[in-house]
Amino acid sequence: MATALGNSKKWIKSRKGQQLLICVGFTVIPLFLLFLFTYLPFGQMVKFSFYKMKYSTPVDKRVFVGWRNYLDVFSRKDCFGALKLSVYYCIGALIQLVLSLYLATVLSFKVKAGNLFKGLMFFPYLISGIAIGFIFKFFYTRGFVFDTLLQTLGINIESLPYWLKDQAVNNWSLVATSVWRYFGQNMVLFIGAIMSVDAELYEAAQLDGANRFQQFKHIILPSIKTIVTLNIILSISGSLSAFEPPYVITGGANGTGTYFVVMNEIAHTSQKVGLASAMAVVLLMLIFGVTILQKLFFKYVFRNVDK
Amino acid sequence: MKRNHLNLKSAIIIVLKYFSLLFFGFVAVIPVISCIITAFKTSEEYQNTSVMTLPKSWLNFDNFIKAYTTANMGRAFINSLIVMVCVLIVSIIVGTQLAYVLNRFKFPGNTLIRNLFLFASLLPGVAMQVTVYNIMSSLGLINHLYGYIIMMCGTDVISIYIFIQFMENIPVSLDESAIIDGASYWTIYWKIMLPLLKPAIVTSCILKGVGVYNEYYAANLYLQDKDLHTIATSLYTFVGPMGSQYNLICAGVLISLLPALIVFIIFQKQIYSGITAGAVKG
Repeated sequence: MATALGNSKKWIKSRKGQQLLICVGFTVIPLFLLFLFTYLPFGQMVKFSFYKMKYSTPVDKRVFVGWRNYLDVFSRKDCFGALKLSVYYCIGALIQLVLSLYLATVLSFKVKAGNLFKGLMFFPYLISGIAIGFIFKFFYTRGFVFDTLLQTLGINIESLPYWLKDQAVNNWSLVATSVWRYFGQNMVLFIGAIMSVDAELYEAAQLDGANRFQQFKHIILPSIKTIVTLNIILSISGSLSAFEPPYVITGGANGTGTYFVVMNEIAHTSQKVGLASAMAVVLLMLIFGVTILQKLFFKYVFRNVDK
Repeated sequence: MKRNHLNLKSAIIIVLKYFSLLFFGFVAVIPVISCIITAFKTSEEYQNTSVMTLPKSWLNFDNFIKAYTTANMGRAFINSLIVMVCVLIVSIIVGTQLAYVLNRFKFPGNTLIRNLFLFASLLPGVAMQVTVYNIMSSLGLINHLYGYIIMMCGTDVISIYIFIQFMENIPVSLDESAIIDGASYWTIYWKIMLPLLKPAIVTSCILKGVGVYNEYYAANLYLQDKDLHTIATSLYTFVGPMGSQYNLICAGVLISLLPALIVFIIFQKQIYSGITAGAVKG
């Protein structure tokens, strides 16, 4: 062992030049791209957030405004206030989590036509966001798909709200499309995790007379807790940055404009690049904060489990 | 007596189980089914019948033909294909090379590079586009297919993780014996790593391929020229005056998701395993 290590050390030494070449050669392009499309824009974002400018404003005409944009983010009603819509998306994400956990548990065991169900539920994940926008505009339009379905259940159309206009329900309608799109993907993720558990554990538990719920609680849940935790973290930061459903379905009208929809509008339609940058920076800070807090929280919760 | 009770209970559980599967299966397909029904209707039928009434003829492809030509989807398919092929080739080469270096060599900055990529994955894309747009426009990359391609290659993190993870399971002794045989690092990468990485490459090709094919937000920002529309952005044609002709729109939507459906049916297994592999990066 020691000689093998010594040998390979010798080899590496004699090849130091080659090694350097390959390390530089193989990392320079990805790092350049990473810099160009992530860190340079990130830096610019911080810088622009202190200026009043449009994309087309020449560099010398940009006006430095200090913290003005940040004050605007917090004082303008349409900016920071839009974050309250995240609550809808967060609740939706939790429902999605529970639903996909349930379905994953059911489908992990022998079920008739299990693969067909899995495929049907997963497929929405593969549809492009813009196509989903059209599908659900159609779905929710007055008198169309959703209303017709409810009518066949005997519900009078007069008693139904306008799903995308009525502010009492429209955010839930949008959240539902997001759950529709991702629950199958989540489910597949969980099935993967459940399948990685040793099958003998289930057999042993069954022999011991454990019922399905006990099996779920004592075998499945502990073994997939990492991936569930990861999903909870992702779903909270994901709901802060909710964007697609309102962007493609309502365009943010009738009180459905989430923070990013508003930011997108301010950046690319009103061309207030400074304000949009400030909004982006604020939300990034928020996401980092939430991510760190959650990591600490789960570390604390699971501190005894790992021992 | 007790046995009977147990049987009844398990029967109820089975009924509930299948009921819930049928219900959620139905929920998953109904929006798409309603699209299929509507896409086969003539305008007259569409206006006069309820949305869930089946079309008179399942062979009425007029809407598909009209949608295909109005949205110029032939051109859009070619553009999407060009973008996909280029992005996949570049990101497979660049991604596997980076993963090879990060996994096989210890050098100062290794962890730093990993963290730089990890941090990048936390930044939401929409927020970044506020200033990426500025960079794209100052580099003159807007309204060029290659500009969009370069940007799409530069913002990929997940496949790098898949590659690194996969490489961890390729024994280092393979490298060492190749070195003893006098192979260069390039040869090791090209002749040993790349062939062994094939399953991971297939996985990330499918996942990234679907992602690129479906990407519409950046494509809409950077490829505004009508001739440069991809399949996803060609659907924007139906926003506006045609916005209420759902028989036409549904046909367009169905054309756009047909390739994804075919890929899904063929590569179901790889897609599932890719989803799982991409998720355990944390």
